[in-house]
Amino acid sequence: MKFERSDLLGLEDLAREDIEAILQTADTFVEISERPIKKVPVLRGLTVVNLFFEPSTRTRTSFELAEKRLSADMVNIAASTSATVKGETLKDTARNLEAMSIDMLVVRHSASGAAHFLAGALACPVVNAGDGAHEHPTQGLLDLYTVKQKVGRFDGLRVGIVGDILHSRVARSNIWGFSKLGAKVTVCGPATLIPPGVETMGVAVSHDIDDLIPELDILMILRIQTERLNQCFFPSLREYAELFGIDSRRMARAKKDVIVMHPGPLNRGVEITPEVADGPNSVILDQVKYGVAVRMAVLYLLSGGETTRETAD
Amino acid sequence: MDPSQDMDAVGDVLVEDGTIAAVGAGAGAAKAASGATAIEARGLVVSPGLIDMHVHLREPGREDEETIESGTRAAVAGGFTAVASMPNTNPPTEGEEGVKFVLAKACDAGLARVHPVTAATQGLKGEMLAEIGSAIRAGAVAVSDDGRPVANSDLMRRALEYTSMLGKPVISHSEDPALAGRGVVNEGKVSTLLGLRGIPNESEDIAVARDISLARLTSARLHIAHISTARSLELVIEAKRLGLKVTCEATPHHFTLTDEAVRNYDTNAKMKPPLRAEQDVSALRHALAAGLIDAIASDHAPHSIEEKDQEFDAAPFGIVGLETSLGLALTELCHKGGLALLDLIRLMSTNPARILGLPSGTLKVGAPADITVFDPECEWTVDAAKLVSKSHNTPFSGWQLRGKAVTVIVNGRLLMRDGEVLA
Repeated sequence: MKFERSDLLGLEDLAREDIEAILQTADTFVEISERPIKKVPVLRGLTVVNLFFEPSTRTRTSFELAEKRLSADMVNIAASTSATVKGETLKDTARNLEAMSIDMLVVRHSASGAAHFLAGALACPVVNAGDGAHEHPTQGLLDLYTVKQKVGRFDGLRVGIVGDILHSRVARSNIWGFSKLGAKVTVCGPATLIPPGVETMGVAVSHDIDDLIPELDILMILRIQTERLNQCFFPSLREYAELFGIDSRRMARAKKDVIVMHPGPLNRGVEITPEVADGPNSVILDQVKYGVAVRMAVLYLLSGGETTRETAD
Repeated sequence: MDPSQDMDAVGDVLVEDGTIAAVGAGAGAAKAASGATAIEARGLVVSPGLIDMHVHLREPGREDEETIESGTRAAVAGGFTAVASMPNTNPPTEGEEGVKFVLAKACDAGLARVHPVTAATQGLKGEMLAEIGSAIRAGAVAVSDDGRPVANSDLMRRALEYTSMLGKPVISHSEDPALAGRGVVNEGKVSTLLGLRGIPNESEDIAVARDISLARLTSARLHIAHISTARSLELVIEAKRLGLKVTCEATPHHFTLTDEAVRNYDTNAKMKPPLRAEQDVSALRHALAAGLIDAIASDHAPHSIEEKDQEFDAAPFGIVGLETSLGLALTELCHKGGLALLDLIRLMSTNPARILGLPSGTLKVGAPADITVFDPECEWTVDAAKLVSKSHNTPFSGWQLRGKAVTVIVNGRLLMRDGEVLA
C-alpha cells in the first residue's frame, strides 16, 4: 500500500490507519537499527535538509541518524548559522532550499504553523520536527510506538499527561495520537498551564495528580521550562514539585505496571525525581531508541515507500 | 434613500455647484432639459455618500503599502465619498502640521475626502497629551491613539476631558495591553488547537468598561472602535441607556468571520481585535439589526505581501476593507440578515457623519453633494489581485457578494461611474 500523505505536519491531520501504518512500518526499522551494519539504501541519492530554528539535541540527532541509516544525503542548518540572522524571511529561506533541489525538509521552528507555512511554499515533503506550541508529530509517533512495544494495545488505556500543557507541542500531538488509537487521555497541571477549551480535543482535565495517578496506565511527564516562572504561570519550582512533581512517594500509589514517559530533556528534581526517571517503570530511553526507527519509517513513507513491511527491506 | 430625512422614495437628486440643490420626484426634470449631466439610476439606490470612519492610509511612512492617493482611490472604488484616517503613520498624524499634511495630500489626490483623526498622545507613546486643540483647529475630526491603546487611565481621562471641550469624540481601540499580551488569535478552542497565544475577550471588555467609566467621569464623547465581543456590546448598550455619549462601530470581518478562519494559519485572518467565536459574531449581528451599533467601519489596514506572507506570529495584524465593506454589509446583513437598506445607510453614512460632526451623510438641500449610488443586487466575486488598494491582504478573496457601488460623487464631482473610477 502506498502512503498517501505528502507531508507530516501533525497528528491531528492523520487518520487512525495512517498512524497504524507508520507504527507498523517502524517495526522493520527497529530491526535494522539492531544490525551490526545499520544502513539500508532506501533514500540513496535523495537530499534531506534538517532546518532547525530552535536548539535541539535529541530530535535533531535522531533525525540525522534516521537519515544516515536510510543512506540519504543530509544537511543540517541551524538558525544561528542560517541567513535568518541576516534578516532573510522564512519564505526566502524555503525558496533558496528549493532552488537547490532538495527532496525533503525536516523543520523545527518556534512559531506555531511554521511547518504548514513551509509545506505551502515548497513542493517537496515537509516533516514537522516541532512548531511552537502546536505539534511535534514524530515525538507523538515515537511515544505511541513505545507504548505499542511495551503494552501492545491502546484501546481503553488511561493516559495522563502531566505538566505544562499550554506550551507543549508534545502534549498536543500525544492527545491526538492516543485518542485516535482508542486511549483515554487526561491532562493534568496547574490551571495556568492548561489551555482554554482543551476539552474540545476530547480530553479530561485534572489539577490533582494524587487523585489521577492510581488510574493511569501511562504517565507522561512533561518538562517544566524555568522561563515560565518569570511569566507568573506558577510561583516556584519547589511548589511545582510539591503539587505536580512525580517522586517515589507518588509512584507508590500508581499501578504496579504503569509506564513512565518523558520527552526530555529532564529537569531532575522538578517534574520528575531521579528515582522515578531511572526506575523500573521508566521507558524514557526506549522512547529515544524507538525515535530513530519511527523517524526512519516517516521519511521512508513520505519518500514514496510502501507501507508493508516486506518491501521496506 | 436618506435616513437623515427618513426618505425612501423614487425621485431625482439635483446637484449644483457642489451642493445638493433639490431632492424628490421630478427635482431634476427642468435642468435635464437645459443640458445638465444626467446619471440614470433606475433600479439602483441613491444614498448620501458612504463614510468609512476607520481606515489606515499608511502615508507618511509606509507608502509601499498605501498612499493617501491609492487609499482614497480604493475608497471611491468601494463606494465611499469620505474616510477618517487613523493617526498611526510614521511620523504619526499629530498636531496642526500632521493634520495639514494629510489634508494637503488628500486635496492633491482629489478623490474621496479624508478627515484626519489626530493623535491623543505625543508620538502615540501614551505618556503626554498631544496638541489636540491645534490639530482640531486644523481640521481633525476626532482624537485617537488607535492601535496603541492608552494604558494609563489618568492620561485617558485627561484626553477625554480635554477633547470634550473641543466638541470632538475620542476614538478608543479598547484593549488591556497586558491581558492581550503577545496574543495573536482569539483565546479559545482555536488558539488551543493551533498552539497560538490567545487574546481573551476580557482584554477588550475590561478596557471598554474602563473607557465607559471615564466617559461618565468626564461627560466626554467616546467612540469604541471595532467592537468585537458580546460583553463589550452589553457595556456600550448599558452606557447608552444611562445617557452617556458613547457610540461604537463594528467591522465587516467581525460580523462575518469567526476564529475558525484562522484554522489553516491564514495570516489574512490575523487582526486586532482578533476574529472571535460564534456567539460574539451572532451578538454583533443582533446588535446591528437592533440599531444598537452606530456605525460600520472597515479598519482598512493595508500590509505588504512580504509582511503578511510569514509565520503567523511574525505577520502584522489587519486586513484591507474599503473595497469589500459595502458588499459584505449588503450580503451578510441585508440579504441574509434582513436589515433594511435605510438602516444600512444609517450605519455607513448618516451615523458616521453625525459622530464625526461632518456636514455630509445627508441628501438634504444645501448639503455637500457627496453621493453614492449602489446596486444592491449586483453579484460579483472578490478578487484580491484586482483590488485598487496598493495592498491585497484580504481573507475574502473568492467570496461571492451581492451588492456593489456603481457611482460616486464627491463635492459634485463625478469620481466613479458605472463601477469605473474616473479620476
